[in-house]
Amino acid sequence: MTELLKTPAHTPSPPGREHGFGRWFTGAVLKNGPLGGLLALVVVMAVLSRDFLNGQNLLNVGVQASVTAILAFGVTFVIVSAGIDLSVGSVAALAATVVAWAATNEGLPVWIAVLLGLAVGVAAGLVSGALVAYGRLPAFIATLAMLSIGRGLALVISGGSPIAFPTSVSRLGDTLGGWLPVPVLVMIAMGLIAALILARTYAGRAMFAIGGNEEAARLSGINVRRRKLVIYALSGLFAAVAGIVLAARLTSAQPQAAGGYELDAIAAVVIGGASLSGGSGKASGTLIGALILAVLRNGLNLLSVSAFWQQVATGLVIALAVLLDTLRRRSVR
Amino acid sequence: MTGVNDDVPGGRELLRVEGVTKSFPGVRALDGVDLDLRTGEVHVLLGENGAGKSTLIKMLSGAHRPDEGRILVAPVADGGGDGTPAALREVRIRSAQDAERLGIATIYQEFNLVPGLTVAENIFLGRQPRTALGLIDKKAMRARAAALLRRVRLDVSPDTPVAELGIARLQMVEIAKALSLRARVLIMDEPTAVLTSEEVQTLFGIVRELRGSGVGIIFITHHLEEIGALGDRVTVLRDGRSVDEVPAATGEDELIRLMVGRDIAEQYPRERPAAPGAPLLRVRGLTRHGSRGAKGSPAAPVFADIDFEVRAGEVVGLAGLVGAGRTEVARAIFGVDRYDAGTVEIDGRELVRGDVRAAMRAGLGLVPEDRKGQGLVLDASLLDNLTLARLDRDTRGGLVDRRGQRREAAAVAGQLKVRMSGLDQHARTLSGGNQQKIVIGKWLLTETRLLILDEPTRGIDVGAKVEIYQLINELTAAGCAVLMISSDLPEVLGMSDRVLVMAQGRLAGELAAGDATQDAVMELAVRSPDGALRTGTPPSPDNAVTHTNTPGQSAMEGSDD
Repeated sequence: MTELLKTPAHTPSPPGREHGFGRWFTGAVLKNGPLGGLLALVVVMAVLSRDFLNGQNLLNVGVQASVTAILAFGVTFVIVSAGIDLSVGSVAALAATVVAWAATNEGLPVWIAVLLGLAVGVAAGLVSGALVAYGRLPAFIATLAMLSIGRGLALVISGGSPIAFPTSVSRLGDTLGGWLPVPVLVMIAMGLIAALILARTYAGRAMFAIGGNEEAARLSGINVRRRKLVIYALSGLFAAVAGIVLAARLTSAQPQAAGGYELDAIAAVVIGGASLSGGSGKASGTLIGALILAVLRNGLNLLSVSAFWQQVATGLVIALAVLLDTLRRRSVR
Repeated sequence: MTGVNDDVPGGRELLRVEGVTKSFPGVRALDGVDLDLRTGEVHVLLGENGAGKSTLIKMLSGAHRPDEGRILVAPVADGGGDGTPAALREVRIRSAQDAERLGIATIYQEFNLVPGLTVAENIFLGRQPRTALGLIDKKAMRARAAALLRRVRLDVSPDTPVAELGIARLQMVEIAKALSLRARVLIMDEPTAVLTSEEVQTLFGIVRELRGSGVGIIFITHHLEEIGALGDRVTVLRDGRSVDEVPAATGEDELIRLMVGRDIAEQYPRERPAAPGAPLLRVRGLTRHGSRGAKGSPAAPVFADIDFEVRAGEVVGLAGLVGAGRTEVARAIFGVDRYDAGTVEIDGRELVRGDVRAAMRAGLGLVPEDRKGQGLVLDASLLDNLTLARLDRDTRGGLVDRRGQRREAAAVAGQLKVRMSGLDQHARTLSGGNQQKIVIGKWLLTETRLLILDEPTRGIDVGAKVEIYQLINELTAAGCAVLMISSDLPEVLGMSDRVLVMAQGRLAGELAAGDATQDAVMELAVRSPDGALRTGTPPSPDNAVTHTNTPGQSAMEGSDD
């Protein structure tokens, strides 16, 4: 997180002046990609709001980013393999609901409840994966169905109302030593796992091959269907973790939680430089994408911008980020 | 192009390129290139891949602009040919529209057709005739399209969706489109690369007709024998320079020498161990039923009763017309597609059907015909492409040994003399020949003992071709075997120890290297299952090759129309 505190070294002119700012911002992003965009955004927020650049607020940003980031890591796997997963928000809510229901309502040991929640996430992913790989459904449709099914099951299990989350698991939403939020730690841990999977495991390298050219991957002996099962199962697993972290922060599992988060997750992945047509993407980029969204929301809150206008700003940032990334790639080529 | 200036002997100058230079970051693609084109001539542009042919034609079609030099074109008003030659005028071609206005039409290797639209709609895309109300005048469009199709001797309805046409017919639609633009200059980029010899003859007929009507044609080809058959003059490009302009009657050896800048001792350097070893691959009674036609009529089999074997140290050629089922047999053997009957044995042990991984474990490898579509992950690094087939082998304790992969990939890239900036370069940015080396290199890294090569040198320049042939020699010397599918007959004859010929899904015959001549192979290739010859007929629908995204279904498409 320390790099957030640094002022970018390449700042050619102080921002703030209408004229030079746009060009400076564009230049910073063009040179450094998503990271440049994040740093530029941090500088802008720091200038506009005195409260932004203090340690406590930055950790708040981290907490706000954590759930989106963890979901987005899972979605990165899917997008790298040229798929899409719209179900992660629902699956997160379902997994959290299952944990709470098993521990609180059924009195199962907490560790079993958590394993059950994670297993439900994996199972949801396997179903989506099977529909895509064996049922030949477009990923958009298969996961759209799972979005509805997951949300529905969460409502059925909970009867539509929140269930208290077991206290031991709720510690995941705590703050260590009075300053270090656990969700940020979980986010970093899941990010490292995602980075390792993408860069160094068979599953990860197969994702890039399938996303880059599915037929070439198949003709090189990669079992594309089985790989897709694994990819969507991983996405479901990450969604389950995100759901548990979210419920821990709220200390209750809410069946309606994380609605629409799938779109934030996809936005984070794309802002982070992955291509929706597959074959490219990085865990670090996805983390930066999630942080950009969180910094923007946090900053606009500090500036008392209305929630309605925040949505407009978020949309503009998504469009701008991907536009600049496209320009950057073109200029590199 | 309106046919007024028929029979212009010698022809007036239509187009002149003077000292054109073009640089891209790090590369000087063109360096002082000269070229001129007259009415009623076929001017062949010859050169290895990367010699600058594409850059030059992109310049003429408005995709690139020259850094230096001039492009001159005869004034359009004179294009009708009233007999008074006007001086050429310097032009700047900034866009495809500029080129179109100047009467320059280009047919690229990758067609610019919209699959979902009809033939007529494609021909007049963006220029549809309108009615008085501004609506598209479908009747007029159809009538004009039909006239154009007659001119290119394409016997399809203007209402046929382009997606239903085979590649040869797509080519004809492109030509019809160029004609509709009243093109004075027609640029054709390797139009024969994917055509069967019958289709090539049809194409040549049309090109000659166009030449007769005064069109100037710039024709790019890698097939040297086509130059003498069709061309008038040849400009040879090498390393971005125009090295010479020679008559089309120039001998092949001389053309090769001009093209590569050195003598290639032998085009097909076949070396084989004295006697082939034990049978490695044995295919018995391999059959795949066709999918039923739309009217429920039983379809012809995709392939049937295929029996053959390949011995260690042997190169077996698989010849035949495009659509004869060769690719489908190869894919079935490799476990990509299903088959309904028969067996595939490696070392006497039967392979599981439809299991690529089992085939790979048994020592098979497949270099598919569509290099970009099936062989490579274009936007991945050479490292990733080379190691793709051995990914599980390189995984230990759940982690991929990336350092080991880099070492192996570097070794094989060096062995294959891949011209690259480094292993992190993307496959997309390599030339065709080097891309093919990467696809082959992938199988060298997996202890492959029988390599199936499907059209291994399609679209590859002469120099790289010879390198691939030498690699085949090295493989057989090491006791591996090669099954080579190729539509390039000289290549099949030059490299194979035995030639199998397929026709309409069946093995029509086998020829020993000594008996295999072009005539003998073609005679078998055009034979229908009942033994009757089908010579002289235009390609029937079941020979049309359709390069859709669903390979394996291509063979018999259109067989029910």
